[in-house]
Amino acid sequence: MNVRKMLLSLLAPTAAIVFALIVASVALWAVGRNPIDAFSSMWSFGTTSTSIASMINRAIPLYIAAVAVAIGFQMGLFNIGVEGQYLLAALFAGWVGGNIGLWSPLHITIVILVAVLVGAIWSGIAGFLKITRGVHEVISTIMLNFIAFSVIAYFLLNWFRDDPTSLNLQTRTFPESGQIPDLNWIFTTFGFSEPRGISLHGFLFVAVGVGIFYYMLVKRTRFGFELRASGMNPGAARMSGVAPKRMVLTTMLISGGVAGLVGLATMFGSLHSYTQDFPRGLGFTGIAVALLGRNSAVGMALGALLFGFMERSALILDLEDTPKEVVQIMQGVVVLAVVIAYEVVNRLIERREIKAAAEATRTVDIEEEVAA
Amino acid sequence: MADEAPAVELTGITKTFPGVIANEDVELAVGAGEIHAIVGENGAGKSTLMKILYGMQSPDEGTIRVRGREVHFKTPKDAIGEGIGMVHQHFMLADNLTVLENIVLGSEPTKGLQLDFAAGRDRIAEIAATYGMDLDPDALVETLTVGARQRTEIVKVLYRGARILILDEPTAVLVPQEVDELFDSLRDLKEEGETVIFISHHLDEVLAIADSITVMRGGRTVATVSPDDVDAKQLAELMVGSELPTPETTESTVTDVVELSIRGLEALSDDGRTILDDVNFDIHQGEIVGIAGVEGNGQAELIDALMGIHAISSGSVEFKGDDIAHWSTKRRREDGIGIIPADRHRQGLLLQSPLWENAMLGHQTVKPFSKGPWIDRKGARQQTASIIERFGVKTPNADVKAIALSGGNQQKLIVGKEMIAEPSALIAAHPTRGVDVGAQAAIWDELRDARRAGLAVLLISADLEELIGLSDRLLVIFSGRIVADLDPKTVTPEELGSYMTGVGAEAAS
Repeated sequence: MNVRKMLLSLLAPTAAIVFALIVASVALWAVGRNPIDAFSSMWSFGTTSTSIASMINRAIPLYIAAVAVAIGFQMGLFNIGVEGQYLLAALFAGWVGGNIGLWSPLHITIVILVAVLVGAIWSGIAGFLKITRGVHEVISTIMLNFIAFSVIAYFLLNWFRDDPTSLNLQTRTFPESGQIPDLNWIFTTFGFSEPRGISLHGFLFVAVGVGIFYYMLVKRTRFGFELRASGMNPGAARMSGVAPKRMVLTTMLISGGVAGLVGLATMFGSLHSYTQDFPRGLGFTGIAVALLGRNSAVGMALGALLFGFMERSALILDLEDTPKEVVQIMQGVVVLAVVIAYEVVNRLIERREIKAAAEATRTVDIEEEVAA
Repeated sequence: MADEAPAVELTGITKTFPGVIANEDVELAVGAGEIHAIVGENGAGKSTLMKILYGMQSPDEGTIRVRGREVHFKTPKDAIGEGIGMVHQHFMLADNLTVLENIVLGSEPTKGLQLDFAAGRDRIAEIAATYGMDLDPDALVETLTVGARQRTEIVKVLYRGARILILDEPTAVLVPQEVDELFDSLRDLKEEGETVIFISHHLDEVLAIADSITVMRGGRTVATVSPDDVDAKQLAELMVGSELPTPETTESTVTDVVELSIRGLEALSDDGRTILDDVNFDIHQGEIVGIAGVEGNGQAELIDALMGIHAISSGSVEFKGDDIAHWSTKRRREDGIGIIPADRHRQGLLLQSPLWENAMLGHQTVKPFSKGPWIDRKGARQQTASIIERFGVKTPNADVKAIALSGGNQQKLIVGKEMIAEPSALIAAHPTRGVDVGAQAAIWDELRDARRAGLAVLLISADLEELIGLSDRLLVIFSGRIVADLDPKTVTPEELGSYMTGVGAEAAS
């Protein structure tokens, strides 16, 4: 029975990926490429050590962004503002990290705390507006994104800029103590070739920690239960003693706090400062990854890795004169298909449970009749 | 007349749903121009049968004949096309439109491209005159009484050309006086040759109005009888199949100890209207205080105020000697106030969650469901297993989603999780609404046992029999005020009805 249930839940993502492959094949074929050739070169390029390191590096921030979004999703809150929250957090974390020099673990911890705090404050504004003025969080977080972009530009230009004479608009570069060493040794330890020109971000461990934190919080704590209850049935949650306003504010704060971590992998691992061309759009892609992973800690990790793989392996298509936008089509289709496939599978599971419960009822009735 | 084909004839209708009682081999013949009642307990399959007849669901097996011709309904539109109309238990009217607008909505008369309200008005006046229904076409629906809303629904159905009317529990929402008016209208309809199918579980009403009665039980039609041949008791036995459950409590267990004391309670709605006005009462240990009233007279707000969900503007709520008026819901819960919410789907259950999480709801802060900030999965599952066993919840295990259970079993789980926590006071809102007879009897037994053990119960119900039978004291709420304090042993339904509509209060003062 449980084996069947597991197979059923694997069915949905498999079906979705197959469907996405078919759609991408049609797109490839339409631009005059042989889909099989394209996929096989994507695969062989995407599975080198270097590509895998790059895939994981891409997946880390996506995963953290997805977790941030998922925390809100659990209670039906749409934190569209992860984008602004992580960029603003990265700016402040970058400025603080570049201007202190401490014992390395302390240095790194302080930078992380600053990022969490800034992210939480920024999302907290949306939470506060919702509970005091009833402003819908979708509206406020979108607006706060735009405000964040302007605030960042202002601060970077006027206050946090490292060297006003330089053309590079960036915060001061982290000293050695504020950098996290790479994890490329993992590849050599397991007998693979070392990634070239790329360093597997040490922040990976923090991302794994975020995943464990998320799972424990949502599934194992009272708070998580109240969070999910508020999302599934606000009326029932309220009756059972969950204070809805406090819940909204706490959830937004936690979501924003996690969002604050999104940019740190890049900051600790490669850029070592907040720069004008700091990676953007991770917050929005994170929403897609959260949907893809159905808010599950493991599901979102797989989703983030899949996105990372697709982005990385798409690079080869450019070299082969194929528009790499095909991969974006695949990403979009995969999300849509997963959402639909899960809905279908969930209904299947639900129907089976209803049937089982009905059968149990019948058996009890018969037993009672026999006993009488 | 005698050899005329029946207006409606259903043969061998079978409809299966997983988890709920549906229809099995149902036979029903309704003669043209008669009032045909269909009676049965909740969950006997009456509503399913009517939905099939009205095209909202299609049967797995069986045939439907209308005036002798076999029909296949895919949607209610097909049924309306055959002259079948349905008045739902919950009215489907737009409050901010007038009676006229509501009636023509969806089949508006037009003159060219313009709406022809005059034509609509004439038709409505004609229908109202023919069937003796009193209606002001220009009144806003939100200003109407429940009885007038129901008339609007009936006229709406007639306006669409229905000759066969299905009324789903039309008296459930009416007070006794309004029931009489409805019955007069039904007799007029019959005189004009219309056919009425009338669903109810109020046997005396059925005996008073119907020409023939079909009894359903467990998804089957068990008998069709004439009201002249049976009395209420025989009919009830047909419905239940065995002994009639009675909610009557035996000896009084009321003690002198006041558990919950409410003084001068006042609450305002969001738009500033007074919705609870100077409410005073005490509940003693071992006492069940019943609140009767037409829905929407402040019951929901009273519950919310007692649970700390709706803020009160003045007054005090004393529980076990503490003034809890400003306590959070959680604190009240932890201190021993249990609640069986009025609407189990909207306030009581997480339908997509397993039963053990549902059992936890409202008790998530205490043992055995949690340890500090952590959920105790093992403890929660064990506790749920004991609830399932002690309260006879029919389910394969505690990991099934709540949505998989039938309504009666869902309700037993809710009652069970509140009772097993051994509260000091319990607010029971419609504790047996929409559950089958077996579950109803079990829930009544639980309430009685807990009362004997000293529980203070506030019972809010729309089922007058339940209220009269279980309560030690009966209060009537009208427009947010307690207008009567009655002894359930001597009160009659008519007396209650007049207080519930506010008539009694005026007479008394």
